[in-house]
Amino acid sequence: MLSRTADSIYWIARYTERAENVARLLDVTHRMSLLPGNDARGYWGAALSANGLDEAYQEKFGEFTAAHVVRFMVLDDDNPSSIRTCLRSARENAHAVRGVITTEFWETLNATWIEMRDVKLARLHGAALAELCEWVKFRSHQARGVVAGTMLRDEAYQFNVLGAFLERADNTARILDVKYDPLAPEPRPGNEYYEWGALLRSVSAFEIYRRVYRDIITPVRVAELLVMRADMPRSLRACMDQVHSTLRTIANSQSTETERRAGKLHAELHYGNMRQILRGGLHAMLTDFLDRTADLGNRISADFLIP
Amino acid sequence: MQAPQFDEMRAADGSVRAHYRGFQDWVANVSPRKIEQKRSEADTAFHRVGITFSVYGEQTGQERLIPFDIIPRIIPQHEWTAIEVGLQQRVRALNAFIHDVYHGHRIIKAGLIPAEHVFGNAQYRPEMQGVDVPMEVYAHIAGVDIVRDGDGRYYVLEDNLRVPSGVSYMLENRRMMMRLFPELFSIYAVEPVDHYPDALLDKLRCVAPQNVDDPVVVLLTPGAANSAYFEHAFLAQQMGVELVEGRDLIVHDQTLYMRTTSGLQRVDVIYRRIDDDFLDPLAFRPDSALGVPGLLSVCRAGRVTLANAIGGGVADDKSIYPFVPAMIEFYLGEQPLLPNVPTFQCRRAEERDHVLAHLADLVVKETHNSGGYGMLIGPAASTAELEQFRARIKQDPARYIAQPTLALSACPTYVASGIAPRHVDLRPFVLSGRDVQVVPGGLTRVALTAGSLVVNSSQGGGTKDTWVVRG
Repeated sequence: MLSRTADSIYWIARYTERAENVARLLDVTHRMSLLPGNDARGYWGAALSANGLDEAYQEKFGEFTAAHVVRFMVLDDDNPSSIRTCLRSARENAHAVRGVITTEFWETLNATWIEMRDVKLARLHGAALAELCEWVKFRSHQARGVVAGTMLRDEAYQFNVLGAFLERADNTARILDVKYDPLAPEPRPGNEYYEWGALLRSVSAFEIYRRVYRDIITPVRVAELLVMRADMPRSLRACMDQVHSTLRTIANSQSTETERRAGKLHAELHYGNMRQILRGGLHAMLTDFLDRTADLGNRISADFLIP
Repeated sequence: MQAPQFDEMRAADGSVRAHYRGFQDWVANVSPRKIEQKRSEADTAFHRVGITFSVYGEQTGQERLIPFDIIPRIIPQHEWTAIEVGLQQRVRALNAFIHDVYHGHRIIKAGLIPAEHVFGNAQYRPEMQGVDVPMEVYAHIAGVDIVRDGDGRYYVLEDNLRVPSGVSYMLENRRMMMRLFPELFSIYAVEPVDHYPDALLDKLRCVAPQNVDDPVVVLLTPGAANSAYFEHAFLAQQMGVELVEGRDLIVHDQTLYMRTTSGLQRVDVIYRRIDDDFLDPLAFRPDSALGVPGLLSVCRAGRVTLANAIGGGVADDKSIYPFVPAMIEFYLGEQPLLPNVPTFQCRRAEERDHVLAHLADLVVKETHNSGGYGMLIGPAASTAELEQFRARIKQDPARYIAQPTLALSACPTYVASGIAPRHVDLRPFVLSGRDVQVVPGGLTRVALTAGSLVVNSSQGGGTKDTWVVRG
C-alpha cells in the first residue's frame, strides 16, 4: 500500500489511543489528588512530567493547578498531546485517507471530532470532567470496534494495529510512571492502597487484579500485572506481543533491524524477572522502555512510512 | 427580450405534466412537517458523512455543505434518449477533434477552424503534438452542461473536458433520496446510476498502455485542501484504486511508480484530477508541488495513460465551443443532435459591435474561465458593471464571448416559503473508452435564490437528484 496512506492510518490509531490514554491519565491523577491529605499539586506535576510536558506547561501557566493542567491536557491547541489535538489529528489523518478506510471508520472519527470541537471549559470541572473522560474512552472503544468489525485484514489494518499498540505500550508505561516519577510526592501513610487502586482503575485493571491475584494490592503485583502479564490487554508485554508480531507480518527489505530490536524488547518482557527489574528501580526500567519504543517509532517511520 | 421560462413540472395552462403527476399526488398526501423533518435529516446525514467542499477565497480549511434539495428533477425516458444520443455524438466528435489537433490538423487545413484559435489557445499543448494515446481517446470523462430555454429545447451550454467534477453528488444524492423517500421509488421506475464507478474503472482499464495485462489504476488528487477532495476520495474508494498525491509518485527509468510500504510499484493509468499546468514541474509550471517531475515524458513514451489526456482542454475552451457543430459534421458526417446556444465571438468585429450594442440583454463570459467566475449577466447587472465589462471587452475582445440570456427551465424546489420553482441546469457525465457511455441523468444544479440564473456551487447553488423515469 501507499506509504503515505500507511502513515496516516498508523497515526489515526496512535492519536485515538493517545486521546484515550490522556483521559485515563487525567482520571488516575484526579483520583490520587483527591485522597485526603495528599499533595494534589505534586500529582498534577507528575502527570505532566511522565508525559514530558511539564516544561511546556510551566512556560504557559507556571504553577501546577488542577484546573490549568486539565485545561492544558484536554483543550489546549498548543499541546500536541491534548485530547482535542489528538482527536483533531486523528480526524485529519482520516480525512486524508478516507478513500481507504471504511465509511463507518471515517464517520466515527469525524463525529467524534465534531463533538469534541464544541467542548467548552465548563465541561472540565468535577463530575463533568469524569463524564468527558468516560466519553473519550467510549469513543476510542467505538473506533476500535469499528476497525475490528469493518476493516479488511490487509496491510492497512496491520498499520492500524501497529500504531495502536505501540502508542498503548508508551502510554501504559507513562501512566505507571506517574506513581514512580521523581516528581511524584510521597503518599500519606495509609493512602498507598488507594493510590494503587486508582492506578489500576485508570487502566481498567482493578477487577482484573482481584481476579488474577485474589489477594491484597501490593506494588510488586501491580507492576507485574501492567508490565509482564501476557493476558492483561494493556500491559507492556501484551502490547509488545502485538507490535512484534505485526512487524513480522509487514516486514520489508529494510525493516530487519527494527524487527530485531522489537523482538529483543519483547523477549526481555517475555523472559524477564520482576524482582530483578524492581531491583534496578521501576522508574529506570520505564524510562528505558520509553526510549526504546520511541526508537521503534522512528524506525517504523523510516522503514515503511516516509521512505 | 426574455422568453418565458420553461416549467419542468407544469405546462403553460397550469396542468401538471404527466411525468410529475406521481410526485404531485405523493406530495399532496405528505405533511409539510414531515418534509421539513426529512430535509433536516438529509442535512445531518450529509454532515456526518462529511460530504463537503471548500470554497476558494474563503478562510482556508473552510468546509461547507452543498445544499441538497429533496425534490427530484424528473426527465422522461424519451427526452433522455435524445439527450444521450446527442451527447455520445458530441463527445465522439470532440475526441476526434483533439486527436486531429495533435496529429494531421485536417479541420484547420479544411478551413473550418482558424489555426490561431487552436494553436494560440492557452490550453493547447505543443508537447502532445504527434503523441498517440490509446484508442485515440483524450476526454475519457466529460461533463457536458445542458440547459433548457423557454421553448423547452435542450441546449449544450458548455463542454467540460479537463477535470469535470460533481459526479459524487449525483451518486450521493441518489443514495440520500432512496433513504429518505423509499416510497417514491415504488411510484416511479427510476433508472439507476450506481454503476458509474464500475463503468469509469472499466474505461480506465481499457485505455492502459499496450501489453499491460492487469493495469494498475490510480486517482491523482491535489490533496485534502482541494475543493473537490471529497469526490476524489469517494471515487477512489468506490473503484478500489489508490488515491495518490504527486509526492506518492516517482519517475524512474521512463516508468512511473508509486511509493508503497513494500517498495516501488508500477502505475499504468492515472485518473488525474489536477490541471495540466500542475502535472509536471519539469514540463509545465515549475512552481507546482502537486505534480510529478518527468510525468510528461513517461506519458509521451506511451508508458502511462493519463485520463483525461494532456492538452484536451483545447476543445472545451469557450472560443472553440462555437465550432463544435461544424466538428460533428466534419468528423462524423452527421447532423448535430444537440444544438449549441447561439454564441457571439467578440474577436470578430461585427459580432463585437452587436455585443456592445446589446450588452444589457446578453451573458458575457471570459473564454478561459469557468465555475461562474469572470461572468457578466446583462439583465441582472448594474450600469457600473455593464460599463466595466464594456471597457474590458474593448480592451481585449478575443477574451470574451457572449450569448443571449437563456431563461433556464425551472423545477419545483423546497425553499423557506414552501415549494417554489427555481432555475436548474443539468450536467450528465459522458465516459469514453472502447465505446461512449452516459449514466442516465447526471447532476442537476439549482439556483436557490428566486429568479437567479447562477447555479454554480461556488456561488450558492444547490443540487438535486436527477431521475430518468421509464413509462
